[in-house]
Amino acid sequence: MKYFRLVWSNLLRKKTRTTLTIGSFAVALFLFGLLVTIQTAFNQGVEVAGVDRLVVRNKISLIMPLPLSYEEQMLQIPGVKAVTFATWFGGYYQDPKNFFPQFAIQKETWLKMYPEFQVPKDEWSAFLADREACIVGRKTAQKYGIKVGDRIPIVASIWGGVWEFNVRGIYTGARTEDDTTQLWFRWDYLDERRQWGKGTVGWYVVRVENPDDAMAVAKAIDERFANSSWETKTDTERAFAAGFVKQMGNIKLLILVIGGVVFFTLLLVTGNTLAMSVRERTGELAVLKTLGFTDVAVLWLVLGESLLYSAQGGILGLAAVKLFTLHGDPTGGFLPLFYLPPSKMVLGLLVALATGAAAGVIPAVLAMRLRIVDALRRV
Amino acid sequence: MVRVDGKGNTGALVQVRSLDKTYQRGSQEVHVLRGLNLDVERGEFVAFMGPSGSGKTTLLNLLGGLDLPSRGSITVDGDEITHLSGPKLAAWRARHVGFVFQMYNLLPVLTAFQNVELPLLLTRLGKADRRRHVEIALDLVGLSDRLDHYPRQLSGGQEQRVSIARAVVADPTFLLCDEPTGDLDRKSAGEVMALLERLSAEFGKTILMVTHDPRAAERAGTVLHLEKGELVEGQGGS
Ligand SMILES: Nc1ncnc2c1ncn2[C@@H]1O[C@H](COP(=O)(O)OP(=O)(O)OP(=O)(O)O)[C@@H](O)[C@H]1O
Ligand SMILES: [Mg+2]
Repeated sequence: MKYFRLVWSNLLRKKTRTTLTIGSFAVALFLFGLLVTIQTAFNQGVEVAGVDRLVVRNKISLIMPLPLSYEEQMLQIPGVKAVTFATWFGGYYQDPKNFFPQFAIQKETWLKMYPEFQVPKDEWSAFLADREACIVGRKTAQKYGIKVGDRIPIVASIWGGVWEFNVRGIYTGARTEDDTTQLWFRWDYLDERRQWGKGTVGWYVVRVENPDDAMAVAKAIDERFANSSWETKTDTERAFAAGFVKQMGNIKLLILVIGGVVFFTLLLVTGNTLAMSVRERTGELAVLKTLGFTDVAVLWLVLGESLLYSAQGGILGLAAVKLFTLHGDPTGGFLPLFYLPPSKMVLGLLVALATGAAAGVIPAVLAMRLRIVDALRRV
Repeated sequence: MVRVDGKGNTGALVQVRSLDKTYQRGSQEVHVLRGLNLDVERGEFVAFMGPSGSGKTTLLNLLGGLDLPSRGSITVDGDEITHLSGPKLAAWRARHVGFVFQMYNLLPVLTAFQNVELPLLLTRLGKADRRRHVEIALDLVGLSDRLDHYPRQLSGGQEQRVSIARAVVADPTFLLCDEPTGDLDRKSAGEVMALLERLSAEFGKTILMVTHDPRAAERAGTVLHLEKGELVEGQGGS
């Protein structure tokens, strides 16, 4: 620690250069954090998805419905433990750009299927007791200032008209990653009020007895309904979510390439800056060695300098991302899980330090190898 | 007694025997030191003189463990430093040698206080003890009112006094000074020499100093001349 001052005072030597170096780290880490946040947002759905849940949809297209009668039939297939269903409502609240998902849900089985979603008991009872009731996710409730007891209008783009719902509860997620942007209302109410499509559901969600048998059960379901007029396509929830992500292209690769280029550039720029700084003060480094600082100590002084640049820049950049994500999803509903997880912040800091160390290695070794007599003669 | 004939008694603080230093310059060998002998006892103040290029700095670097000889041995206080290498030599320098250079060689990013504290960072002294030592050393060189000044805020003479404070702060076995007044005006040079003289007379410091300046050499107890790679006594030679 007593050497810290020595390293620190070298940072103050050329303030502009130091600021720029720290700035490049900050910008790179900001970009890194942002990319990771976006990637997390895309993948979170996949990671959060239950391993023991299957999604059964119409084989032709996701927007085609399935008959209500499938619920009973699926429950008879071996390996199926529970079934629930939902229908996409596709409306908006007040303004078309206020997008959040609304599901008409099967009220008896929905929460049993999704234990990660939590609703206070009394609120859930109130929901069951009121045909026009709805439950709103915490994030959406916060965003639009929706409270229990409110009556909120949803413009139904698919079914027509303005539907008003009584907010009977707010649901929360057991984990930060859980999506709390949805609105649920009762499927029986939807079916009663809509003009067409009566007696159909959007998709089924099936819980299997044993996750290991998930694929076999999925196959059994699709076979059961093959050659009917409503053929099904069954996937694990994870595959279903990943299918969504795949439509966005290979985001991971994109992030790796962009990130790689940025950090490689950073490596060269910082390495060059440090090498320059070492070259400028060969005399001083030689003096330190003269005073009895070992070669290895001098190596650490230079490396420490590089690590200080990267740590400061890294913290700045990641803090900026954190601030940015505090406002939540900037795309207005497209990436509901827009946040930078702490584990990824730690990862970012490690990446910054690793880049700092890599950039500092060559200059540090140059400083270490410096021979006193040669360096002093050059002064 | 300072001797240059290699016959000093075994108790001498510094014993140099048959020291050779050869530099390779292209295909040519430059013999700078040839069979040099030297004995310096504790508390002596020795000045080395000689024409430019005669090898004074080379000799001082060898005595300070900054470089290794081609042949021969140097023993300081019983340690044969010509056998030490790497980290051991660095530790030996930290413990035994105080360097003073012509160009002061202070670190520009550190204050006078921090510059003087540098050698103490390599000791086990705690913060408070380091502060006390640094203050004593800067007081000794008459700069207690300049603790927080950076080198660029000091005159050449003051810088050199700070560097002397840095050289003595860890109480080394001896001081090695390479033209300590070479870059100073007459008045500052006088002050620096008075300081070295006082360190020798009052504190019994052993000092080996290279100088071109006869007035500076006068202050030393012994003046030696470097001629043809060997040391000779007296005022002869150049
Ligand atoms: N690394 C080196 N490689 C080749 N020759 C060297 C090297 N270091 C010193 N020399 C040569 O050795 C000789 C002695 O140099 P040194 O610096 O010891 O002289 P000096 O007596 O200190 O001179 P000055 O009074 O100018 O400081 C010179 O001829 C110099 O050119
Ligand atoms: Mg010289």
